[in-house]
Amino acid sequence: MKTILSEQQIALTVKRLAHQIVENNQGLIDTVIIGLQPRGVFLSDRIVDELKQMTPALPIKYGKLDITFYRDDVRKALHIANATEIPFSIEGKKVVLIDDVLYTGRTIRAALDALLDFGRPSKVSLCVLIDRRFSRELPIQPDFSGKAIDTIVSDKVKVNWAETAEKDEVVIV
Amino acid sequence: MKLSTKHLLGIKDLSKEDINLILSTAEQFKEVLQRPVKKVPSLRDITIVNLFYENSTRTRMSFELAEKRLSADVLNFAASSSSAAKGETLLDTVNNILSMKVDMVVMRHSASGAPHFLAKHIPAAIVNAGDGINEHPTQALLDAFSMKEKLGRIEGLKVAIIGDIMHSRVALSNLYLLKKMGAEVLVVGPPTLIPTYIGEALGVRVTYNLQEALKWCDVANVLRIQLERQNQPLFSSLREYNLAYGIKRSNLDSLGKEIVIMHPGPINRGVELDSDVADGKSSIILNQVENGVAVRMAVLYLLAGRDDNQ
Repeated sequence: MKTILSEQQIALTVKRLAHQIVENNQGLIDTVIIGLQPRGVFLSDRIVDELKQMTPALPIKYGKLDITFYRDDVRKALHIANATEIPFSIEGKKVVLIDDVLYTGRTIRAALDALLDFGRPSKVSLCVLIDRRFSRELPIQPDFSGKAIDTIVSDKVKVNWAETAEKDEVVIV
Repeated sequence: MKLSTKHLLGIKDLSKEDINLILSTAEQFKEVLQRPVKKVPSLRDITIVNLFYENSTRTRMSFELAEKRLSADVLNFAASSSSAAKGETLLDTVNNILSMKVDMVVMRHSASGAPHFLAKHIPAAIVNAGDGINEHPTQALLDAFSMKEKLGRIEGLKVAIIGDIMHSRVALSNLYLLKKMGAEVLVVGPPTLIPTYIGEALGVRVTYNLQEALKWCDVANVLRIQLERQNQPLFSSLREYNLAYGIKRSNLDSLGKEIVIMHPGPINRGVELDSDVADGKSSIILNQVENGVAVRMAVLYLLAGRDDNQ
């Protein structure tokens, strides 16, 4: 087991990602944040906390999206759905999708399909904590990435969050 | 996590975990049905035939809508307008349909056990949409979903099932489900419409007094009088039935508490339910219909997604 990001490093990375999101979206005007269920939400919760501190005057529109019903492997494995909460319109908005690990790109493919069923955003960008950039199966790239790692497919990258593990940490098992 | 059964033949075969899985999945589908685009691509490569040997409005439309909202391909079969009228057997009809590469069968039949018979002879997954006087599992699941949505729980609820218990597949499926989920159940009706040993056999209380049941319960699930299944008169007249067992505004006003009124439809207005009760504020009858689509989406999704389908 090898640690890639420690608790302190994750905290710094989350701050940086939040700043990049603000910088690239004109101070969050017309921007909505959407975390992907279930594990992307741990990252988006942290990023949204940062954003609230940075722009206290601006109410941040923050939703959660579950992509289970949009997966392309229904016949291969049954997945259990989590809650989707998007209590606002995304029509014409700039959407920042947040997930913890970008791996094959299939989850993001499904997320884009799911998102478009809620309306037509003016722009969608992608923010991830870990980008496994040599394992992609679809032409999908992140706009904001915490750390890119060049692992082989057989490596297992594990992102632990304090909500379900001891502490925030990214390791290779 | 997945369902413990390949088919949904009855609530009798489901575990408590299965029921909870269906209800929680249905909650997510209910959210899908509030979206601008009320459709997901989950069952895009699945073909489903709705095989209805008995008439139905609500259930057939609800299943068809659920299938379409899941992006499945849908075939509809009504016995009256098909070769079944020429004398083709059930098994022949279904095998002919399956040879056209159909994955799932949703079936209603007037003979109890018809879907169980099919399940033994064909490879496709079967969903029972009502078989004779045996079970109507998706109705019980949507009733449970609606109760839980309205009152927050099923365990510990006091539910009175009122009316034609003898001929009602809705009653039997509800009884199985409510007992498995830890609710208390009381069945109410005229002695001629309640099976003699139901209390001992299924562990439910029996009463012949409507007002006593209404005083006791949190939820009254009122059944339709099924005249088409009674081959001898079991009560003297519909008017007399209404006087003794029909629920009227005055029955509810004297209770001093709110109870929830449910009915699986179609309602015989002025027989088991008076109009001001069916359309009143304690009635969740139309919520039941709305929830039916989400619950059936959950059942179809969970059965199609079993990995041993490969």
